[in-house]
Amino acid sequence: MLTAASLSRAPGIATRRATVRPATVVAYLAAILIVGITVVPLLFVLIGGFRTTAQVNAAPVGWPSPWVADNYTAILGAPAFWEFLWNSMVIAVIATGLAVALGSMAGFALSRYRFRGREALYGVFTIGLLFPLGVASLPLYLLLRQVGLLENPLGVALPEAAFSLPVTILILRPFMLAIPQEVEDAAVLDGASRLGFFWRILLPLSMPALSTVTVLAFVTSWNAYLLPLLVFNDQSHFTLPLGVATFQSQYSQDTARILAFTTLSMVPALAVFVLAERRIVGGLSGSVKG
Amino acid sequence: MRRRLELTLLLGPALLLFTGFVLVPIAVAAYYSLYDWQGFGALTDFVGLGNYWDVLGGAVFQGAVGHNLVIVVLSLVVQLPVSVAIALLLNRKLRGRAALRLIVFAPYVLSEATTAVIWLLILQPGGFVDQALTVLGLHGAIHQWLADPQVVLLTLFAVITWKYLGFGIILLLAGLQGIPRELLEAAALDGASSWQAVRRVVLPLLGPTIRIWIFLSVIGSLQVFDIVWIMTLGGPANASTTMATYLIDHGFKRYEFGYGSAVAVVLFIICFAFALVYQRFALRRDTEGAMG
Repeated sequence: MLTAASLSRAPGIATRRATVRPATVVAYLAAILIVGITVVPLLFVLIGGFRTTAQVNAAPVGWPSPWVADNYTAILGAPAFWEFLWNSMVIAVIATGLAVALGSMAGFALSRYRFRGREALYGVFTIGLLFPLGVASLPLYLLLRQVGLLENPLGVALPEAAFSLPVTILILRPFMLAIPQEVEDAAVLDGASRLGFFWRILLPLSMPALSTVTVLAFVTSWNAYLLPLLVFNDQSHFTLPLGVATFQSQYSQDTARILAFTTLSMVPALAVFVLAERRIVGGLSGSVKG
Repeated sequence: MRRRLELTLLLGPALLLFTGFVLVPIAVAAYYSLYDWQGFGALTDFVGLGNYWDVLGGAVFQGAVGHNLVIVVLSLVVQLPVSVAIALLLNRKLRGRAALRLIVFAPYVLSEATTAVIWLLILQPGGFVDQALTVLGLHGAIHQWLADPQVVLLTLFAVITWKYLGFGIILLLAGLQGIPRELLEAAALDGASSWQAVRRVVLPLLGPTIRIWIFLSVIGSLQVFDIVWIMTLGGPANASTTMATYLIDHGFKRYEFGYGSAVAVVLFIICFAFALVYQRFALRRDTEGAMG
């Protein structure tokens, strides 16, 4: 018999009831636990940056007493951090721009044109998903050395763009496929060329998927560690993740400073994330629902 | 033909970039793997499959493969059920659900390098984790998290879990949201208990999402590098080496590029074989519609 009681026992269905269901209590507890485990390490690093190393050595865990901004100001005042930031930005912008531009063109071709071998070609791109960058890292390094792209931002940006193509095309193609033929026919009737349709109509229509792949490609490039590790020896060329790891090993005695540096390195990623969260999560949901 | 020109223009650049920086290196790695080569001068020392025998027969590499497999198994046995359980719990209308989603997903956005450094600092002897355990009265559970060979791999697994659990939960939540309410209501109408509804209705419908999760998780576990490299360099005494750290350590750092290429090819074959088999048997049903 259908009652409010039996209905609300079904998972995932919430009803407005006056009393609290035990499962809901568990849910809230789980939520608190998850938030705690997730956020506490980040808070630890953030707050720890406001202590001096002397404080940290005396008591590894504790509130700053007094609160000292020196670590943060010293890092922000020195060129190193900004260099890392700039290098990461340049590489990420190039890699993302290339991946999205080339990926959307390829996605367009693979979705709105019919030609022999289309599915096979799509398969070739998606196979790229299986290639760990690590597998290609060694010969990639040798290739870059041969063409003289070591110590060069392009030496990182170009391979990153290449490795981002599979995911980009994987997300864009179904989206572009879903755009009705009538829209394209109408554009043709209005005298637009195929490419004109691509540029003026399809791309704007694909904005949701485009922003998702943009964010994904950007974050992937921003967080990359292995490739920059192999390509860059000169510290002034380092990207942020590389800088964080190096800073940690170089200043291993100055714990408080490392805490501050690490916190600052999280800021760009978290800022982008907060602004773009709906795109990332939405894009994921979209791909899952197929 | 105009059309052919357009296709070339559209597909050409992407294909060129992809072939040049992804396909060619893989092929070249296979070629280099047949030689003993220190990275300079010509390739003169042909060893055929000698490198492969050395790789597969070496104790450290075998250990590395074992470590990767441990991580794969642990992620399936620990991360998957926990993620599903949490996703089910969080699928209700909780207050602050959007903020929760944001927080849970945040570690995924941080670089592995940053994650590694954060946890390096937290896991120090007498550091945050140790003190937290003491406060909770679990003083006996304290170990040398990164220095104890028995424990180090589990520690790394915990860090990896911290970073990626949120991603899995979001993925599963997306899948859960695709399940029509009517089905759950019908189940309730039929007198199904909560648990039965989960087992008979939700989990099967969550199948495709779970299968994607498994795919991404296994591939990721086979390739894990950044976190391990920064936190332990594969140590202590190769207790936490993975195939990827072995590749960089023995191939790159020691200038044994032929040998390293063989390791790369082996790693690739393992991933590729898994992907092929998985695609054929597990994902076939799911992608039938999508690929059509």
